Amino acid sequence: MKPAPFTYHAPADLDQTLALLAEYGPVAKVLAGGQSLVPVLNMRLANPAHLIDINNVPGLDAVVTDDDTVRVGALVRHAHLLSHSAARTAQPLLRQALQWVAHPVIRNRGTTLGSIVHADPSGEMPAVLALTDGRVRLRSAGGAREVPAAEFFVGPMESAIADDELAVEAVFGRFPAGTRTGFTETARRHGDYALAGVALAVGLDDGPDGGTMTSARASFVSVTDVPDVLDLTPVVGGAAVADLADLADAVSEAVATHVDPVGDIHASADYRRHLAVVQTQRLLSTLVGATAEEEIA
Amino acid sequence: MSSTPDAQPEARTVRGTVVTTVPRASFDPADGSARPEELIDVYLRVNGAERHARVPGRRLLSDALRHDLGLTGTHVGCEHGVCGACTVLLDGQPVRACLMFAATAQGHEITTVEGLSTPDGELGPVQQAFVECHGLQCGFCTPGFLTTITAYLDENPDPTPEEAREAIAGNLCRCTGYQNIVKAVCRAAELRRGDDPAPDGTQTPPAPTQEEEQR
Ligand SMILES: Cc1cc2nc3c(=O)[nH]c(=O)nc-3n(C[C@H](O)[C@H](O)[C@H](O)COP(=O)(O)OP(=O)(O)OC[C@H]3O[C@@H](n4cnc5c(N)ncnc54)[C@H](O)[C@@H]3O)c2cc1C
Ligand code: FES
Ligand code: FES
Repeated sequence: MKPAPFTYHAPADLDQTLALLAEYGPVAKVLAGGQSLVPVLNMRLANPAHLIDINNVPGLDAVVTDDDTVRVGALVRHAHLLSHSAARTAQPLLRQALQWVAHPVIRNRGTTLGSIVHADPSGEMPAVLALTDGRVRLRSAGGAREVPAAEFFVGPMESAIADDELAVEAVFGRFPAGTRTGFTETARRHGDYALAGVALAVGLDDGPDGGTMTSARASFVSVTDVPDVLDLTPVVGGAAVADLADLADAVSEAVATHVDPVGDIHASADYRRHLAVVQTQRLLSTLVGATAEEEIA
Repeated sequence: MSSTPDAQPEARTVRGTVVTTVPRASFDPADGSARPEELIDVYLRVNGAERHARVPGRRLLSDALRHDLGLTGTHVGCEHGVCGACTVLLDGQPVRACLMFAATAQGHEITTVEGLSTPDGELGPVQQAFVECHGLQCGFCTPGFLTTITAYLDENPDPTPEEAREAIAGNLCRCTGYQNIVKAVCRAAELRRGDDPAPDGTQTPPAPTQEEEQR
């Protein structure tokens, strides 16, 4: 199908964009990569009177790494971030998760911030923003604000962004040295949306027998309404890596209680919950067992 | 601008170019009335040639190529990014033409399947490999595979069959079952490297030694 008519705007800078949003916000849509918005327009699930294409706006395509964060501008495509070596060194979880986002062709256009604003509970990058205690920087003609991930994701496909606001940057947090991170998911075909997926960050203290787990946090894909973080530190914190097997039941229980999947034609709710539990168990043991490399792909 | 576009032609700036838009009647789904739909002058560089089209802002790149520019090689299957039939190269990178507006492509270099043959009209290596390996049946999906694989081989000139399989995972084919397409990816890589073994696609020559590669 084809989109319904709209007035197309291609603002040349940020001020023009914000002015257009101030004028048309409630009846406008921002177009970034279009990899989620255009299907929605094609199917006429959305029918905006104005389309504000930000692809011409300069200054939105930077990836900036500092001591605490990796900041990703609104026009940074998934493919660019995936191949950005400073970003993936600073926050390995970005690369680990991005490999699972759609197919390479979709990643060439789709933006990382666009998928965060889209707030699809099946999206990988919202889960990463949540797990890294990230935030989103928003601008409007009236000012600027930053919203932490915990407040940004309001519901499935619903974020805290106001009608007249443009998301300008996703700010991903970094983990302390020694943290091991990983991401895994199960999809019917690599590149499709996950039936279930998990991102994990584990803190480890060196010691005999593989050391001690100091912290563990997880966030999930496709099995929670919004990507909120499950803190597994009370379950595994302080335990020796060698004793991980004894904690399996407790970890399972924590994950199974935390997730709240919905069944559909692809998989039942029970199956998705089962996947989330098994993925978390496996990823956790892989991460703490991996001594050679900090980073597990 | 008011929410009802005026009936006069209007000039504004898109991607640094001043464009005039003229109203045209269209159906408004909200109230069933006719309302003018503005047209945008879009300048695209397609397969090395400057092209112009005057289209509504909602014209998908796939439709602009097919209907406005007459390049019907780009096929349209699902129109939501899933099947890959509409894949074209944008500045050398494969993208879904059905998920892009023609206006957004303004100022970019587009390569469609028509642009994959050599300047003297010979088939390009990926096209040749599809012929040799029976990589197509009805051919509907083929343009999307050809563009995707062309860009992929620039990045990875010597893929394993496993890598070839992953490279085409975003494209759907209702006919072939993919085996021959995977073979065609590997065969295209050989052709591009200038290795030229038996063209039945069943034999893969040994990988070139380092010395051979340096030559
Ligand atoms: C076949 C297919 C498979 C896919 N598989 C996956 C997958 O497995 N995992 C996954 O996470 N995603 C997947 N995607 C979606 C893809 O990751 C998109 O890149 C992403 O969801 C949206 O980013 P975008 O830049 O394309 O945003 P757009 O489609 O341009 O916009 C999406 C929404 O966000 C708003 N928006 C975008 N940017 C801004 C901004 N800066 N400020 C304010 N509002 C903004 C838009 O108005 C719109 O409502 C898939 C897409 C396709 C077509
Ligand atoms: S028609 Fe574009 S991906 Fe199917
Ligand atoms: S050859 Fe018929 S769809 Fe692929």
